[in-house]
Amino acid sequence: MKKLLNLFQVALLSATAFMASAIVTPVSHAALEIEISGGNAQQLPIAIVPFNQDNVKNQENIANIISADLRRSGMFRVLETAGVVSQPSNISQVKYSDWAALQAQAIAVGKIETLPGNRLKVSFQLGDVLKQTQLAGMDYNIAPNQLRMTAHKIADVIYQKLTGESAIFASRIAYINKSKGRYALQVADADGVNPQTVVSSNEPIISPAWSPDGSKIAYVSFEKKKPIIFVQSLMTGQRITLASFKGNNSAPAWSPDGSKLAIVLTHAANSQLYLINADGSGLKQLTKSSAIDTEPIWSPDAKWIYFSSDRGGSPQIYKVSSIGGDAQRVTFDGPYNLSPRFSPDGKSLAMIRNDGGKFRVALQNLTTGQVQILSEGSQDESPSFAPNGRVILYATRAAGRGSLAAVSADGRVRQRLSESGGDIREPAWGPLLN
Amino acid sequence: MIKGIFNKKVLGALVLAAMLSACKSTPMTDKPAGVEDKSPAGSSQSSDGSADTSGVKEVTIDSNANNGNNPLKDPNNILSKRNIYFDFDSDTVRAEFRPLIEAHAKYLLANTDAKLVLQGNADERGTREYNVSLGQRRAVSVKKSFNLLGVQDKQIETVSFGEEKASGNCADEACHQLNRRVDVVYEND
Repeated sequence: MKKLLNLFQVALLSATAFMASAIVTPVSHAALEIEISGGNAQQLPIAIVPFNQDNVKNQENIANIISADLRRSGMFRVLETAGVVSQPSNISQVKYSDWAALQAQAIAVGKIETLPGNRLKVSFQLGDVLKQTQLAGMDYNIAPNQLRMTAHKIADVIYQKLTGESAIFASRIAYINKSKGRYALQVADADGVNPQTVVSSNEPIISPAWSPDGSKIAYVSFEKKKPIIFVQSLMTGQRITLASFKGNNSAPAWSPDGSKLAIVLTHAANSQLYLINADGSGLKQLTKSSAIDTEPIWSPDAKWIYFSSDRGGSPQIYKVSSIGGDAQRVTFDGPYNLSPRFSPDGKSLAMIRNDGGKFRVALQNLTTGQVQILSEGSQDESPSFAPNGRVILYATRAAGRGSLAAVSADGRVRQRLSESGGDIREPAWGPLLN
Repeated sequence: MIKGIFNKKVLGALVLAAMLSACKSTPMTDKPAGVEDKSPAGSSQSSDGSADTSGVKEVTIDSNANNGNNPLKDPNNILSKRNIYFDFDSDTVRAEFRPLIEAHAKYLLANTDAKLVLQGNADERGTREYNVSLGQRRAVSVKKSFNLLGVQDKQIETVSFGEEKASGNCADEACHQLNRRVDVVYEND
């Protein structure tokens, strides 16, 4: 198994536990090193019994993948099950009293069997230990190389059933990995495992943006000594030049229906917003100012394009109707607000704020206008919401090296993802995989 | 002396233009004007006495290997100076860079086939896309200086690398200053 993250540190810090002395519990499995610290966060205790996969050769431990996902969410305390005598692989074999003694509130069991034609059958059930009832049960008929993603899907079922919130784990992240003078746009599972290079170049690549269906990524490449926007299919590797006009072509943002993109062109002047169809046709200018207008993003209802502009002096966030018109200012708080990103429900806006000389992720409630600073670095950039809106992934820098970090939208849970020796930036969290 | 250097360069440009137009199926449009502009320089070429055909050969060698005869690459010529630096969050061209811009403007006016790319850069503070726009604004500011000196937009493209070419890990202002820069690059550099 190829791994992006030699060190995948996860720190779960409740705000209060962070102030008090935190308990640090290193848990290591496979090649991941996970560090969890936390105290009195409300975490649901769950037992993930190792799946019966005795008859399946050379496969990863699926229970470990599920456990890591649930831990990383900050919503669960995954219990050690090795000391329990019974190791059921089907809900009918579960002796609930054993698991109640372990103080588990939920239990997941399952098994993997081989099917003809090099297929696998993964079965899993989720039980409520207190009520002694089955909460969920799924069977998956998969190709062997889909096992890891199936584990993420099972983690999603568990997460949804027990938290009542929509899923997060069966998704992928894109980011730029700069290594030895080369820039690679890579895509990995949301847990950082299984990285694949989409495109690489000896010139910079920035601003990856997932199409809403997750099949394509738009990005900006400097391979021709200037910024040009490409759209590339992940399955086929085919790419089209979306925009290569005189001057700069940058900051692609997909419309929610995937039919067009908001982009930034300069021609011979300053950055301005344009709309263009996803096949590169139908260019239309959206803003006409003498200032900088850049970093467009669509509202989830597709009615608005939010963007950053220095038209009022300092860089602030504005919005313009996606059919054109006058722009209205959105941010008034703070001297410098950039990189707007909508939460999936459209109710809040993540951004980068210059907070006393430190660039940090901030979250603005669009109803109340209230702003909360969420990150703790000094050069944090590129906020990107998880598909369910609960977590914001972003780029951070320390000692000249870029890495990824994530923070829950309420600011309570923090994670750090880093690769030894790599310089990682520009994360973009993709949509859920069906 | 400088005139002679210009002659060779111009001749090379003409040969190149002829080759390019030969490849194209479209009829020549801008090219004849370019030829006429350079005819005064071309006429002084004959005064150095060398045969026209061998002159062509020399130019080819010049452009590939011998930077000493190329005013753009002669370290003693102001045309070899290619960096224009800016103050923090500013796109104002400082007075100290006016001679540099004037020299390149003169060159562009004398060599209308020459094409310039103004590459804007920003220091690493702020977001990547915003820095692309900041670098662009600096490039546009320099372009306007060229426009005021009579250089047309068709000879200039303004682009930006944002912070992507910045030397990272700047610990002080002197280091950031070097990244707030417009680079003057010729298309065939």
